[in-house]
Amino acid sequence: MTPGAHASSTERLQIEAEADVVVVRRRARELAIAQGFDAFAVAAITTAASELSRNVWCHGGGGHALLETVSDAGRVGLRLRFIDEGPGIADLELALRGGCSTGRSLGLGLSGSRRLVDAFHIETSPGEGTTIEVLKWARFPH
Amino acid sequence: MSSIPILRIRGHLLVPVQPDLSDEVVNRLQNDVLEAIAGERDRSGGLLLDISGLQIVDTYVARVLADTASMAALMGRRTVLCGMRPEIAATLVQMGYLLEGVCTALDVDDGLDLLGLPR
Ligand SMILES: Nc1ncnc2c1ncn2[C@@H]1O[C@H](COP(=O)(O)OP(=O)(O)OP(=O)(O)O)[C@@H](O)[C@H]1O
Ligand SMILES: [Mg+2]
Repeated sequence: MTPGAHASSTERLQIEAEADVVVVRRRARELAIAQGFDAFAVAAITTAASELSRNVWCHGGGGHALLETVSDAGRVGLRLRFIDEGPGIADLELALRGGCSTGRSLGLGLSGSRRLVDAFHIETSPGEGTTIEVLKWARFPH
Repeated sequence: MSSIPILRIRGHLLVPVQPDLSDEVVNRLQNDVLEAIAGERDRSGGLLLDISGLQIVDTYVARVLADTASMAALMGRRTVLCGMRPEIAATLVQMGYLLEGVCTALDVDDGLDLLGLPR
């Protein structure tokens, strides 16, 4: 959990199919807009949501996402968690370096998502699964 | 879901892209566009992919769109990706995805200027 961020309600969305990736990113976008995120921050968190839920679906064997709005000392943000009980990430350093994929892809999902958010935590262990938490704050309070 | 609209404008093919493309839809868009190109009798025009309406991208969607442009170019169609929103451009570059080798224009107007009149 991110220290200092108080969560309001939490939404749980299943990620069992490609269509669920679309559902998660659309909901993340709606929440970001509702939180008053500027267009760049909306795009950033939406794209991170898409990449990370896609990873849950295609590498983690499915799982779920937890979406919650958070606030701290007058600022508001969005915290997203992506949870699966898949194989875990064997070489985390390599996976986070970017440009490296166990599939036939670009391998920019993890490293790119990390650059798009304000906080990024990952917990993974072989055979037990992966949990990734990202947090993004609205940049321009109004 | 209805099929992807492919319009004709001044001798060119124009494909308006929806706000959020599922994998299935973006893959079908690629197929439909390439088939439309192959089936066109008028071979002189170019291809404009209008992404000004695209609100949500990830590297999958971006790659299929960029690949579609490269494939169309390989088939001999001059191709321009038009109207990428600023926040989409910023997001892709921050992720390290630069869409190298793809011809781009600020909007469809500029894309049409780039393509010029059909040869
Ligand atoms: N939830 C997960 N469970 C298991 N392995 C994962 C998970 N997420 C990522 N990985 C591993 O980390 C690697 C890097 O992930 P990343 O999203 O950066 O690239 P990718 O998914 O392979 O390609 P891209 O996202 O560019 O299409 C993956 O190839 C995969 O091996
Ligand atoms: Mg990925």
